[in-house]
Amino acid sequence: MKTNYLTNGQTVASWLLTGDHKRIAILYLISITLFFFVGGFAALLFRLELLTPKGDMFLPEEYNRLFTLHGVMMVFFFMVPSVPAVLGNFLLPIMIGARDLAFPKLNLASYYIYLLAGICAVVALVQGGVDTGWTFYTPYSSTYSNTAVTAAALGVFIAGFSSILTGLNFIVTTHTMRAPGMTWFRLPLFVWAQYATSLIIILGTPVLAITVLLLGLERIFGVGIFDPRLGGDPVLFQHLFWFYSHPAVYIMVLPSMGVISELVACSSQKKVFGYEFVAFSSLAIAVLGFLVWGHHMFVTGQSMYAGFVFSFISMLVAIPSAIKVFNWTATIYKGSVVWNTATLYVLGFLGLFTIGGLTGLFLATIAVDVHLHDTYFVVAHFHYIMVGGSVMGYLGGIHFWWPKMTGRMFPEFFGKLSALLVFVGFNLTFFPQFVLGYLGMPRRYHAYPDEFQMLNVLSTAGASVLGLGYVLPLIYLLWSLKYGKKAPDNPWHAYGLEWETSSPPPTFNFDVMPVVTRPAYDYDTEAIERQVEAESIAVKKPEVE
Amino acid sequence: MSSHAAHSPYLRHQFDDLPQQRESAALGMWAFLVTEVMFFGGIFGAYTLYRHWYFPEWDAASRQLDHYLGAFNTFVLLTSSLTMAFAVDAAASGKIPALKRNILLTLILGVTFVGIKMYEYYTKWEHGLVPGSGFHWHPIPGTPEITNINAAELFYVFYFTMTGIHAFHMLIGFGLLITLYIQAKLGKFSAEYYTPVEMIGLYWHLVDILWVFLFPLLYLIDRNVVL
Repeated sequence: MKTNYLTNGQTVASWLLTGDHKRIAILYLISITLFFFVGGFAALLFRLELLTPKGDMFLPEEYNRLFTLHGVMMVFFFMVPSVPAVLGNFLLPIMIGARDLAFPKLNLASYYIYLLAGICAVVALVQGGVDTGWTFYTPYSSTYSNTAVTAAALGVFIAGFSSILTGLNFIVTTHTMRAPGMTWFRLPLFVWAQYATSLIIILGTPVLAITVLLLGLERIFGVGIFDPRLGGDPVLFQHLFWFYSHPAVYIMVLPSMGVISELVACSSQKKVFGYEFVAFSSLAIAVLGFLVWGHHMFVTGQSMYAGFVFSFISMLVAIPSAIKVFNWTATIYKGSVVWNTATLYVLGFLGLFTIGGLTGLFLATIAVDVHLHDTYFVVAHFHYIMVGGSVMGYLGGIHFWWPKMTGRMFPEFFGKLSALLVFVGFNLTFFPQFVLGYLGMPRRYHAYPDEFQMLNVLSTAGASVLGLGYVLPLIYLLWSLKYGKKAPDNPWHAYGLEWETSSPPPTFNFDVMPVVTRPAYDYDTEAIERQVEAESIAVKKPEVE
Repeated sequence: MSSHAAHSPYLRHQFDDLPQQRESAALGMWAFLVTEVMFFGGIFGAYTLYRHWYFPEWDAASRQLDHYLGAFNTFVLLTSSLTMAFAVDAAASGKIPALKRNILLTLILGVTFVGIKMYEYYTKWEHGLVPGSGFHWHPIPGTPEITNINAAELFYVFYFTMTGIHAFHMLIGFGLLITLYIQAKLGKFSAEYYTPVEMIGLYWHLVDILWVFLFPLLYLIDRNVVL
């Protein structure tokens, strides 16, 4: 049997010391799945608390720790690395026709830095958790919190370096390692999305690092960088924090948008409509994303004029986002749509991201935001983007490329079932929260007035369905590793360099390094070739008999 | 893999040829420098806010720094950038003894810089200017009177943080220079391959230029006004 990247070296050391981008992607996949379920479990616990109006399961402090745990785990240890570090790591070099990323050792280092950060987070957990919320706002995090803020902040600080290394690697690889003929405008849109994300990562993450460092100095040495009693400014922390953390939203959603571009083309067996627009809209989102951080601070004592500008630019983000959604929809239009798991995830993404994006406009409107700020409306909005958008894209991508990554097919029926469960469960969880927020229920409280119970029960019920929808893929995907059908090289009739190599690919990705002669998403030519091939077989057959 | 035909011992497996490898390293290094600029950008931003808010206090606090030592250190560091540039030049023309000599000179100048910095820290500590519970402000002749001591303390928080992070980068630079020296000694570099020298050179120049900004921002806030 031909060796592939999975069979080339079977020792533990061959995995832990590997430079192979595909193996590092698998290491990331395992780790982020662990963190995802830790964060998810915390969410399940506080949704249970919110089943009843009274705080009967947890003390207020415990509740605070639970939602902080959920936020920190999901944002920094799952969402940020999810698509780039797993799918991006695995696919980017293959998609552009390279043997590996430009810096394999840095890639491995990024994984261990991520693990080290994870250990810090676990230490924080063991020390009793953190109760500041994932945003670490001062003075909660500096003056008033006696929880493990330092360990958690250190974890976030270190995790940043891991994503910087990944982003840096992607940028360089995309620039210098493209196969002959792989011009910029032949790149799969997934690569464009990873590239735009990497730009945000290397420009934004260092600012988070310095912010967290200053926070740490303030906590450890008792100096007053953000403490008004000592002359500091707590709002400065928010400015610095959101300078990273708003673009971080795009770090989380852009890669999934890249996934959707690939999936939508394959699902419709068609070129992505308006390739250049989709490519440049990723860059536009990356650029605009840096100019909107102030919309988190409309009620924080920010200048009115700054508020106007931030409000206006925030609305501009809707333009490139809408371009993407319209172009994907136009791609599906008159396509020969295949009803498989990936398609269901694409449709789920389109619906949920649209709702998430449109409610973002509500929040970008200053007057409306004053009413909705810090209510469940905000919670619902960003979950529609980050879970409805990013996680749907991530899961869709995992399913789509699973045969390529593992060489096994997953059971299609369960795939579709999970997509459906996630979609239904997600809407049931978060749609009621829009209503709750509109009615004025604030976020981050463990108890609430009786009249909100009905909607909260719906939300908790939805969370259970959603949980099931997430556990199901874990089970059947693991099952498929041993019992799944062997995957052909191109099970979905998809177009792209990754489908031209074997499943799973050899260590250096290709037996013969590819030369690219056709544009991206050349599904038409592909279909004609398949037909010609089928006809030639049909013609030959009688001769044999 | 036909492209591997023209083998060079320095070529890593993922690259097709040496120019591609060099270009990748250079782009990666520049991208890294961008992250450094953003990292310092955050603290420069915070600095700007407080300097604007507390200008008289920050001016007074800044006048307590020894600007002669600061200026001398600027000279030392700029010279070390020059020797670093010589080192890269020597490597490019394959002059290994000159490469080693210039790496050593750069290292010595760097150590001198950090030594002077440590002496400055020590005098600040002696004068009770280290932020925290031990901070003690006493005006020295020729500096303006201030009442908001917290603001002056904040200046020293930024002074120690910014120069501290800078010095930390210098320490990393020492490690890199020592590695370079050992590699040069082991004959790793030639006119054909000296990418690490070039990349560490870029890093060294970044650390240098950071100081070029830090020196006036911290030492020379409003010295031109003689009191």
